[in-house]
Amino acid sequence: MIGNLIGGVYFLAAVLFILGLKKMSSPVTARDGIVWAGIGMVLATLVTFLKPNTGDLSVISNFELIIIAIMIGALPAWWFAKRVAMTDMPQMIAMYNGMGGGAAATIAAVELMRATTGHELSLTVQTLAVLGAVIGSVSFSGSIIAFAKLQGIMRTSFLFPGQQLVNLVFFIITLVLGVMVIVQGGSASMTLIVSFFILALIFGILMTLPIGGADMPVVISLYNALTGLAVGFEGFVLGNATMIIAGTVVGAAGTLLTQLMAKAMNRPLSNVLFSGFGAKGGEEATGEGVEGSLKPIDAADAAIMMAYAQQVIIIPGYGMAVAQAQHKIWELTKSLTERDVRVKFAIHPVAGRMPGHMNVLLAEAGVPYDLISDLDEINAEFEQTDVALVIGANDVVNPIARTDPNSPIYGMPILNADKAKNVVVIKRGRGTGFSGVENHLFYADNTRMLYGDGQKMVAELQQQVKSL
Amino acid sequence: MVEGFVGFTALYIFMLAAFVGYEVISRVPVILHTPLMSGSNFVHGIVLVGAMVALGHADTTLEKTIGFLGVILATGNAVGGYFVTERMLEMFKSSKGGAK
Repeated sequence: MIGNLIGGVYFLAAVLFILGLKKMSSPVTARDGIVWAGIGMVLATLVTFLKPNTGDLSVISNFELIIIAIMIGALPAWWFAKRVAMTDMPQMIAMYNGMGGGAAATIAAVELMRATTGHELSLTVQTLAVLGAVIGSVSFSGSIIAFAKLQGIMRTSFLFPGQQLVNLVFFIITLVLGVMVIVQGGSASMTLIVSFFILALIFGILMTLPIGGADMPVVISLYNALTGLAVGFEGFVLGNATMIIAGTVVGAAGTLLTQLMAKAMNRPLSNVLFSGFGAKGGEEATGEGVEGSLKPIDAADAAIMMAYAQQVIIIPGYGMAVAQAQHKIWELTKSLTERDVRVKFAIHPVAGRMPGHMNVLLAEAGVPYDLISDLDEINAEFEQTDVALVIGANDVVNPIARTDPNSPIYGMPILNADKAKNVVVIKRGRGTGFSGVENHLFYADNTRMLYGDGQKMVAELQQQVKSL
Repeated sequence: MVEGFVGFTALYIFMLAAFVGYEVISRVPVILHTPLMSGSNFVHGIVLVGAMVALGHADTTLEKTIGFLGVILATGNAVGGYFVTERMLEMFKSSKGGAK
């Protein structure tokens, strides 16, 4: 009886998760989606306390410990989640995601250790436990490194000679230990199991060290997929279908999102993970072959240009987040709209430090989502646009990606800002983008450079437009 | 129960769930990529149920310690993931008003 109740609620939870995710595919119903999934989670958690104290894997005791651990975990997570600034969202998500991966790894650890004290697992289950352990551990330690980098505690890419070889060696040792754990099963020594986990954790750190900066959206989304998979595998181990379903759905979704991100940068995933982009460059990072010159403009002139335009497209990038300029941009948009200027936002899929980062920041500032377009929707419109305002974006508007096959970013889909009649670029200094490639857009005849802090410049533009 | 379960039935569940994940997500507009990622981040917080079971049948002190840590981590994933996603989704508004 109680078994049927638990089974039924677990089933309901799985349904709620899938429906919740489905609802998140439209901005109108997305809010309900997370609430549905949340209800599923609460029900599944509560019903787990009812598990009877008999049987094999369904035995539940240590109730006090479970409740204490839930309270220790819930309070800080809730506190930080409520307070974190939208700009810092990427690292927060990386952290929560890593915790999930870590939890999957601890399940594997407990089950593998129990296997050595008489609760033996079949070869299949032992294998899945080990797989989930590797993936979960990598996601855990990797996400912590990603958090440290995004938080600015650690420099963005950490490279040393022979790094790939070292990583490969660690990977192989981890795999060998994992196979040994599988083969030895119940007779595996505690030292072996513990070493296996430590190696897997170290590998996660090593793997994430060289990746940084603009590659972060790919990494965050990849670790999300990995945690999902690890949870799915541990679901097999515990015979819990809801964990299998939820974990696998997330794993598949995350994999798809990761592919989208990698595609938006025109680089295979392996290249993102193993190459340390931008750091090896430097050779071609000069202005050579660039025609024209950088032509500065002041805010007053740029404001006139925009105020008398018919259509303005704003292209935000990570620089906007750094300068916290999103609120000023919305004010500028409102001032322009009052003058009957059509304002749209164009967002590149990998702008920012996580998938959709710019959308969240603009939404926070109050920009309605129907003003925001992605690459495919808006690229045809630049030719009919009077002013393209680029703020804090660089590589994603570099026309060299279309024209120069020798460029490292060649083939990457870009926003065709250069096709607009006029381009205004707000930029702090003269440096190159993440890729280290000189941006030909900045030298184009129709481009003017507005040097200064993003937030200050946008505020100035807004005041000028208002006073016209 | 476990042995019978981990067989082809589990494999079928795995396969079908993978397709569901792929289908559900492939229709999501770019503007919802972040909430979606953080929403799916919350959904794998279901690992909490597994962590509770693991701690629930842990015997030795080492197992209990690891299981305890697992429940803390899993709770952090679920709770943090939920509130972060909810906060982001609350912000998405249409210029026509009305929509959430």
